[in-house]
Amino acid sequence: MLWKRKDLLGLEELSREEIELILDTAESFKDVSRRAIKKVPALRGKTVVNLFYEPSTRTRVSFEIAAKRLSADVINIMSETSSVRKGETLIDTGSNIQALKTDIIVVRHNCSGAAAILARHLDISVINAGDGWHEHPTQALLDILTLKERLGRLEGVSVAIVGDIAHSRVARSNIWGLTKLGVRVTVCAPKMLIPAGIEDLGVRVTHNLEDALKDADAVNVLRMQFERDEKNAFPNQIEYFKNFGITKERLARAKRSIIVMHPGPLNRGVEISSEVADGASSVILEQVTNGIAARMAVLFLVSQAQDNKE
Amino acid sequence: MGILIKQGRVIDPVNNIDDILDILVRDSKIARVAKGIRIDVDRVIDAAGKIVMPGIVDMHVHLREPGREDKETVASGTQAALKGGVTSVLAMPNTEPVIDCVKNVRLLKQIIKKDARANVFICAAITKGRQGQEITEIARLKREGVIAISDDGSSVEREELLLRALKEAKRCGVLVICHSEDRALSGKGVVNLGIVSTRMGLRGISKESEYRRVERDIQLAQKASARIHIAHVSCAESVKIVKKARDKGVQVTAETAPHYFSLTEDEVVGYDTNFKVNPPLRNRADLEAIREGLREDIIEVIASDHAPHTENEKDIEFEHAAFGITGLETELAVSITELINTKILSWMELVRKLTTNPSRILELDKGTLSVGKDADIIVVDPTRPWRVSKEGFLSKSKNSAFLGRELYGVVEHVICAGKIVFQGQ
Repeated sequence: MLWKRKDLLGLEELSREEIELILDTAESFKDVSRRAIKKVPALRGKTVVNLFYEPSTRTRVSFEIAAKRLSADVINIMSETSSVRKGETLIDTGSNIQALKTDIIVVRHNCSGAAAILARHLDISVINAGDGWHEHPTQALLDILTLKERLGRLEGVSVAIVGDIAHSRVARSNIWGLTKLGVRVTVCAPKMLIPAGIEDLGVRVTHNLEDALKDADAVNVLRMQFERDEKNAFPNQIEYFKNFGITKERLARAKRSIIVMHPGPLNRGVEISSEVADGASSVILEQVTNGIAARMAVLFLVSQAQDNKE
Repeated sequence: MGILIKQGRVIDPVNNIDDILDILVRDSKIARVAKGIRIDVDRVIDAAGKIVMPGIVDMHVHLREPGREDKETVASGTQAALKGGVTSVLAMPNTEPVIDCVKNVRLLKQIIKKDARANVFICAAITKGRQGQEITEIARLKREGVIAISDDGSSVEREELLLRALKEAKRCGVLVICHSEDRALSGKGVVNLGIVSTRMGLRGISKESEYRRVERDIQLAQKASARIHIAHVSCAESVKIVKKARDKGVQVTAETAPHYFSLTEDEVVGYDTNFKVNPPLRNRADLEAIREGLREDIIEVIASDHAPHTENEKDIEFEHAAFGITGLETELAVSITELINTKILSWMELVRKLTTNPSRILELDKGTLSVGKDADIIVVDPTRPWRVSKEGFLSKSKNSAFLGRELYGVVEHVICAGKIVFQGQ
């Protein structure tokens, strides 16, 4: 199959075949990072702009390394102010970046739909690096890549996603991607952190961690953000850890082969114990490594789609 | 002398007429309604195959003037109204300044006198500055010509204050129109709460925030033995509550807007802010309930809630974009397309909801084709299709939720106070 999209905004709009194409492409790029000279010329002469309206180190660095390993030039723009009242509008910023004859914008924004708005207004490619609570497609892709490598297959596999589902773009992208690939997904959180109608996306909902982990081949532990000014956030950190924290004792009652994932940064002792994070089941650092390949694949495919159009 | 509209299908709910008739207009009034009128006139309109009905009385319009002339003015808004077949509008008071005192009413009246191309009636605020703290001087406003009061855009939070306003409005013969929304529940929401808000990662607005406030507002009206009109009903529960109250004899009327009987939350999925409106587009079951409410005549009025906004305020991040949809130029065509062509309403019923009922609720002498009444008449080609486009709008703002859609029904002639004030192509 041929990739035709100029943008990657989310996994919701992708077909199973498109997701598989990204995963296959990512696997082929993994080798680049293992070489002595970690560079291929696939994006030589292209300019990638990381436009980040939210503080993020890991995603931004991962995209930067991915682009550089493809030989693209990379510019980073960080904006503290994303408010529409301060300074330039998102669309104006995007238009200016496009006028600089760049090729790809990688955008992180606190508003859901920000990447979609940019993509609608621009001819250059837009890659969503996380928009509000909406989607974080490359995170889900690297999660799925890691799952596939570790478990050897995806069809029929069972994954539990634990944490603040309501406010998580990682959860949404994972749900779309995993369900399309035939993975059985269970989401687990206190009731107040489960968004309306989530079961309509084809996931099982439970409020009991033991129940969520019972048959799981993998658990994806979401970062809990107690510091956020969100009136419906879970009130108490200790209470959360007691009921939903991933600990060695809890994992002892799950499958022996269960793998533990986390999109980072870790809140040790909040959603995951240090023992588990650093333990044998943890694939957290593999995820980080796979992030480069997944992002290289996405950068490569959208760039190719543009070249094919011309 | 005069205008003769010949051979049209005349729909006049007041006189229960649905027949092929001629109408003679003379000196701003309707002079005769009969078959085969033969008389010398200045102008003959051949209305064969067309609908001839009273001009639409739209009781929910934001003209934005004074203060936000970049969005709309009395001139542009009433021009847009005429294009849509609307000859009378009720102008909402959430302007800058708010229409909340005699001085501001006079200011607006001056603008209307100078610029209005259709009849503009004034709705003033219930509370000063729409702040919910102090009731406006309803009696004095009434003497200045105000016919209704509303804090539209917000609900009056304090019950005892709304209760007093309802009592005073009753004494003065002014209608209270309620924007029923409990902000403590709707919060920072931007779309209907449900699967769509979940998919899009946007904050949801629950139906409870609407219907619980509808229930409260109706109870207060009952307590005050006053009339109350519920604006922009959007969900099934609100319809049920209005029905129950009416069955009990409460003097409550309700309106809905075309987008609530034609669109659902699914439209929002691409983050197109032209579908961002308050109350939000709901789900399919709500849309069906609104249609059923119209059919059963629980919802007696269709009004546009014409809410113009500039592109600067719309073409931005979804959660920051302004709430509102324009509607004056599409409300009739959407009603024909979604209610007549689907056989949910008869022409008689539709015309009643667009003209006679709002006129009755506002105690206006409009919405009728009776001899001797003001000649506000429109001639509509009910079957002609057209595609909604930004370029076609006369409103200053283009934030329509129907852009790109094919609708049926074109307004061909508009007569207001006996003069031809608009002719469509």
